[in-house]
Amino acid sequence: MQSVQNGGLRLVFIGILLAVASAGCRKKVQNVEQPASMGGQIHPYDGAIEKDDGQWVRATKDYANTRYSSLDEINTGNVANLKVSWTFNTGVPRGQEAAPIVVNNTMYVVAPWPNKLFALDLTKPGAPLKWSFDPNPSRAAKGEACCDWVNRGAVYADGKIIYNTLDGFTIALDAESGKLLWRTHLADISKGETITMAPMVVRDKVFVGNSGGEYGVRGWIAALGTKDGKLIWQAYSTGPDKDVLIGDKFKPFYSSDKGTDLGVKTWPPDAWRIGGGTVWGFLSYDASTNLIYYGTANPGPWNPEVRPGDNKWTSGVFARDADTGQAVWFYQMSSHDLYDWDGINENILLDLPWQGSKRKVLVRADRNGYIYVIDRTTGQVLSATLYVYSTTTTGVDLQTGALQRDLSKAPKTGQEIRNICPTAPGAKDWQPSSFSPRTGLLYIPHENMCADEEAEEANYIQGTPYVGVTDRFYAGPGGNEGELMAWDPVAGKKVWTVADKYPLWSGTLATAGDVVFYGTMDGWFRAANARTGQTLWQFKTGSGIIGQPVTYRGPDGKQYVAILSGIGGWPGAIVAGNLDTRDGNAAGGWGNALSDLKNVTTPGGTLYVFALP
Amino acid sequence: MCLRFRRVVLFFPFIWTLVASAAPLRFCADPDNLPFSNRESRGFDNQIAVLVAHAVRREPVFVWTRNGRGFIREQFNRNTCDVLMSVPEQMRGVLTTAAYYHSAYVFVTRKREHLQIASFDDPRLNGRKIGLQALEDNLSPPSLALIRTGHAAQLVGMNSFGAHGGDIMRAVAEGRLGTAVVWGPLAGYFTKQNHLALTLTPVDPLVDVSGIPFSFSIAMAVHKRDERLRDELNEALAKLQPRISELIAAFNVPTLPMREPQ
Repeated sequence: MQSVQNGGLRLVFIGILLAVASAGCRKKVQNVEQPASMGGQIHPYDGAIEKDDGQWVRATKDYANTRYSSLDEINTGNVANLKVSWTFNTGVPRGQEAAPIVVNNTMYVVAPWPNKLFALDLTKPGAPLKWSFDPNPSRAAKGEACCDWVNRGAVYADGKIIYNTLDGFTIALDAESGKLLWRTHLADISKGETITMAPMVVRDKVFVGNSGGEYGVRGWIAALGTKDGKLIWQAYSTGPDKDVLIGDKFKPFYSSDKGTDLGVKTWPPDAWRIGGGTVWGFLSYDASTNLIYYGTANPGPWNPEVRPGDNKWTSGVFARDADTGQAVWFYQMSSHDLYDWDGINENILLDLPWQGSKRKVLVRADRNGYIYVIDRTTGQVLSATLYVYSTTTTGVDLQTGALQRDLSKAPKTGQEIRNICPTAPGAKDWQPSSFSPRTGLLYIPHENMCADEEAEEANYIQGTPYVGVTDRFYAGPGGNEGELMAWDPVAGKKVWTVADKYPLWSGTLATAGDVVFYGTMDGWFRAANARTGQTLWQFKTGSGIIGQPVTYRGPDGKQYVAILSGIGGWPGAIVAGNLDTRDGNAAGGWGNALSDLKNVTTPGGTLYVFALP
Repeated sequence: MCLRFRRVVLFFPFIWTLVASAAPLRFCADPDNLPFSNRESRGFDNQIAVLVAHAVRREPVFVWTRNGRGFIREQFNRNTCDVLMSVPEQMRGVLTTAAYYHSAYVFVTRKREHLQIASFDDPRLNGRKIGLQALEDNLSPPSLALIRTGHAAQLVGMNSFGAHGGDIMRAVAEGRLGTAVVWGPLAGYFTKQNHLALTLTPVDPLVDVSGIPFSFSIAMAVHKRDERLRDELNEALAKLQPRISELIAAFNVPTLPMREPQ
């Protein structure tokens, strides 16, 4: 009895020591800019950029996913004067990952579960509530969602606001009145499926994918009619070709993706039925070819040894015809994924000069640590460049497209493996990058993390005991867990970086004022000089930021910048869920890396809107 | 108005004591997970909970929850309920009671084949599809031994919760699986319930050479600092053990002799 108490005291004491030590570290690593040219160059982009109407109708801003606004009223010269204009409380102190949507002088904000949607009137002072919609989602959904109760935002199209709820519905509302137009049930929470992604609309179809890759589900993307919500097509990420919508049009570039029913044959018998490959990231669309692009999540179960094979079509990118859903090409970044490296990260569509000619490409900063430049008409990888410290891979073979692995870091039953870099959330998770045509640079928010996989221990699910692996995450070389990086996609080199103590889990926004906006997990909302990375302005919000900044022209003609503040998500659940960080495995491994996050921020759910005075 | 208010204040402490002494004992239970529990309280854990609650002179209440990943941290530790049922003894993060049953993963084979496979080294495993319960992002612990013995490509993970509880057993009976390795209580219950001609053989040996256990002593759990309740429950369990064992046997749960507490 006595010894137990002593043990407890010792734990508390060590906890304090660690907190002090890391507070000391923070000064060193937080917000350290590396403006010196790191090899990359600024060269204005000469490709086309979608016309900007000053609104923000979808999370990605444009179909190409640039998250670039041509507004320049706020610029490097005056951003230091930026002030809060108004705020709005979502009422849910959970991870706020949504992009506010701005259209017709109204802003639409989706809150985490229970997924209320708020319409705010931008024409009136303080943007009062116009209406709100309560979908009354199932309570059971919270228990099924792996990584907090997030939602990544709505989409506007044709007089409608369309969004998804955690319990598996897609909902269309009249944008003016908030009246429910239709509601379609797509994901089955009793099977572990949820929906967290922001839908995208092309003409008369809205695209939606499922989440729940950690729960033995089978991933899919679906197209619904925007008029009535009826299912038009659904394409699975595993299983026979007819389920994956692979037919005559399918022309993958690499031979490893050619063959019949690879979504069955690259798995042990029937394993594809619970094989994962969910679709919870952002979609891109190229109107000239009518193709949509999206990534598929990691395969399941997590232990790779139980699923020998390439595990098609997980951890890869699909190009599909927007009308029929038929696959046109596929490329697998991480075949037979070993580390939970989802392929869901955003694909930014650019037309880049490439060895003397102009190529239509998509650029993606993948979880596996490589930035891929892929010919988006054929699926050929033009370059794959490492952008973080890695102990797990040695390169990408451009002849075969294959990721080259260091198998000494492959998880093996009963073995402890140390220094796995990057970790399960990868070099970069879902948090979206932006691109500025003025600098030709990508602004990529990402992680710098390593992990130890430790011994298994007993746990249970609904009466059945099992044995789980313990992951502990920690900062990679340099001691900073996060980094904002300006990347030259042509040279494949960094131009500047800003280090942050915590993983950067917010998206970025690039503007014609040469300002890049982003947020940090301890609650700073910052404006960086797009050319140097220098912090020009910062504001401390009430909670950690893991959302998507947007900008728009208000009814008064002024430029506004908006961000939701509210810690949560996979890593931030430490705070939002008040988890015990003494359990290094809390929040799937984050407990160790973010042991002091609870001391620097608290749960929140507030929208901040800024403007010049 | 003023008088009424005062009366409420005066009576409040008295009422509060009454309620406190009769505070119901809250059990987290899955609404659809037989043989352990369901919303109609037909599971053996529902019935054991009622017995135990009454033994400690509290009224049993079920809080219907699905206990997926993060359940302990996000729900139990936030005081959703007082007691968890059917957790492995010595599980981390909670305080466990004495075990009230001890079961094992069992090999499931068709009776007419007279196989009685018990070991992961059995050559008759070769070429068979081997069913395992899929537990969220894991397959059940026997997967680790089956990988070690070279059977990874034969594994078939199956959802075995709720309406799908009996699927894996039926799949063996109907020949869609060559065999399966299933947690004892689930295997026993559905064999009996669905009158399946199956043989259940506990995995042997009960601990893999890698140290992974295949048998577990199963206990109840309370909050980490709730030693008093743990002690009360232990007293009740000791008293009720014969009835509990009978109840579990009625669900056809294969059990092993109880181990001495470690």
